[in-house]
Amino acid sequence: MLRALVIAAVAAFASALQAQEFKPAVVYDLGGKFDGSFNEAAFTGAEKFKAETGVEYRDFEIQNDSQREQALRRFARGGYDPVVAIGFSHASAMEKVAAEFPQTRFAIVDSVVDLPNVRSILFNEHEGSYLVGVLAAMAAGEGDVGFVGGMDIPLIRKFACGYVGGAKSMKPDIEVFQNMTGTTGAAWNDPAKGGELARSQIDRGAEVVYHAAGGTGRGVLQAAADAGKLGIGVDSNQNALHPGKVLTSMLKRVDVAVFDAFSDAMNDEWSGGARVLGLAEGGVGWALDANNESLITDAMKAAVEDASAKIVSGEVVVHDYMADSACPY
Amino acid sequence: MEALVALLDSTVRLSTPLLLACLAGLYSERSGVFDIGLEGKLLGAAFAAAATASLTGSPWLGALAAVAASCALALVHGVACISARGNQIVSGVAINFLALGLTAVLGHAWFSQGGKTPPLAQEARLGPLELPLSETLAGVPVLGPVWSGLVSGHSVLVYAAFLAAPLTWWVLWRTRFGLRLRAVGENPAAVDTAGLSVAGLRYRAVLVCGLLCGLGGAYLSIAQGAGFVPNMSAGKGFIALAALIFAKWRPMQAMATCLLFGFLDASAIRLQGVELPLIGPAPVQLIQAAPYILTVVLLAGFIGAARPPKAGGAPYLKER
Repeated sequence: MLRALVIAAVAAFASALQAQEFKPAVVYDLGGKFDGSFNEAAFTGAEKFKAETGVEYRDFEIQNDSQREQALRRFARGGYDPVVAIGFSHASAMEKVAAEFPQTRFAIVDSVVDLPNVRSILFNEHEGSYLVGVLAAMAAGEGDVGFVGGMDIPLIRKFACGYVGGAKSMKPDIEVFQNMTGTTGAAWNDPAKGGELARSQIDRGAEVVYHAAGGTGRGVLQAAADAGKLGIGVDSNQNALHPGKVLTSMLKRVDVAVFDAFSDAMNDEWSGGARVLGLAEGGVGWALDANNESLITDAMKAAVEDASAKIVSGEVVVHDYMADSACPY
Repeated sequence: MEALVALLDSTVRLSTPLLLACLAGLYSERSGVFDIGLEGKLLGAAFAAAATASLTGSPWLGALAAVAASCALALVHGVACISARGNQIVSGVAINFLALGLTAVLGHAWFSQGGKTPPLAQEARLGPLELPLSETLAGVPVLGPVWSGLVSGHSVLVYAAFLAAPLTWWVLWRTRFGLRLRAVGENPAAVDTAGLSVAGLRYRAVLVCGLLCGLGGAYLSIAQGAGFVPNMSAGKGFIALAALIFAKWRPMQAMATCLLFGFLDASAIRLQGVELPLIGPAPVQLIQAAPYILTVVLLAGFIGAARPPKAGGAPYLKER
């Protein structure tokens, strides 16, 4: 009895000690952790980890590009492990810092850093975008659909290409208007411009506008709701931003990626290398909840579930823009 | 036709904050107080408007708070430059930094959403105003779509901004107050000799500047947008300052300049991804640089020397 107690006490003490020493950290991208989208998904994952394990984590919101490297190095030097960076823009900074701290475990979302101590997490955004494209084309009726991207980079074109593919699979002659907000990091946080872009597409006949633009997307969804059209959210579930005016959201489970990175590191199940989370792995998907139930008809639901099954089974292969920098749709 | 109306409609929306800030600067600078702090006042007002509107649910209280916040910042500038005879540029820059930091910190503390305010509901915003006759005129060619698509359906602040330009002209060139205001920016000693208070006139000009900037800021966060985002003014105050120089400190020209800047911005948004003759689809980078390139060309080649008010930038010291 006593022995069992001692063992239990030692175990508890050890795990408490381990919990104290285990210091995870996360570095967000320019949109900030409350962008209601990409970065907020990461924040949600980290918060979930904190709620479930009681382990505190540190986070940092960068204000400009030069802080990426500083933030990663400060965390690594301060003994934080693992350090998760959100966003492809961290890639070059991480390459440098991860090489300097080979004992620290790093993870990066949306890019590949080829070092043994780095886990690179990629998503098949084109598959999720294909599904929301199917829904958009059906919800648009006789009208067209639009897409507003954030920064003009291959990753965002990948969203756009999958979306076009999905929309055209339902209506081959539908037009998909595409706009990018900008070419710098500021394009992730410019709701006024996003709103104007969405309005310009609505003026041209778009009934549904999908955004992949982080904080800029708030303006896109707002403009769509103001004009009485439908928006489509991205990354996090944004259906609740304008209930009844957001058709659905393309879920990119950055929260799961962050949660897994933290818990794998804590439970000694860490593995480096690249991992791709697609529809089959539950890494991407579309959101259905009380806010958009009334917008999704049975026919739409059936069509999107059919498309989803075909993608998982490999019967439909959604083109990945990043494979050849071209969109065949 | 429809595309053109939509483009001009977008021009009006985009030039409104520039116009309000530009006219604000015009009052201040015509009285001899240079104001680099337009940007900060816009930002402070935008935050005050969104914060108040989200707490009270009333856009009018929001607009009032915006004007109050902006006037408070204008008074800081006034005390520093008029009473304390400080450097006007330094004070203006200080106001920009103050607004940038203060809005973010207060936003963090009050709303815990990374400096943003919660998104505003439709009732808490100054929504579009449908002018009468848009139904009646709908059938009339040209006039119908222009009236309903371009003139009608803007926020009340848009109409206020475009009425403020002719009003400013009238005030500055047709009233006694305007004459004195312009005089105090050209030759304050003469105004002083005539027995008028230089400081009093300049304070009034700075307060009008605060009022107009307040409306501009409110437009950003509770009319055009639906909530405050850190640094949402995004340099509009500086563009307004450029427009003011471009317009040679004249209100109607200021309106034209702001409309031009707004038009370039709007066309940049609409031209993106459109197939242009000869060069094919317009590259994003080129389209986005176009307004700036055109501004430089116009500034360098076409408008000639811009002469600021003679006493601008210099604090007035009564000779004893």
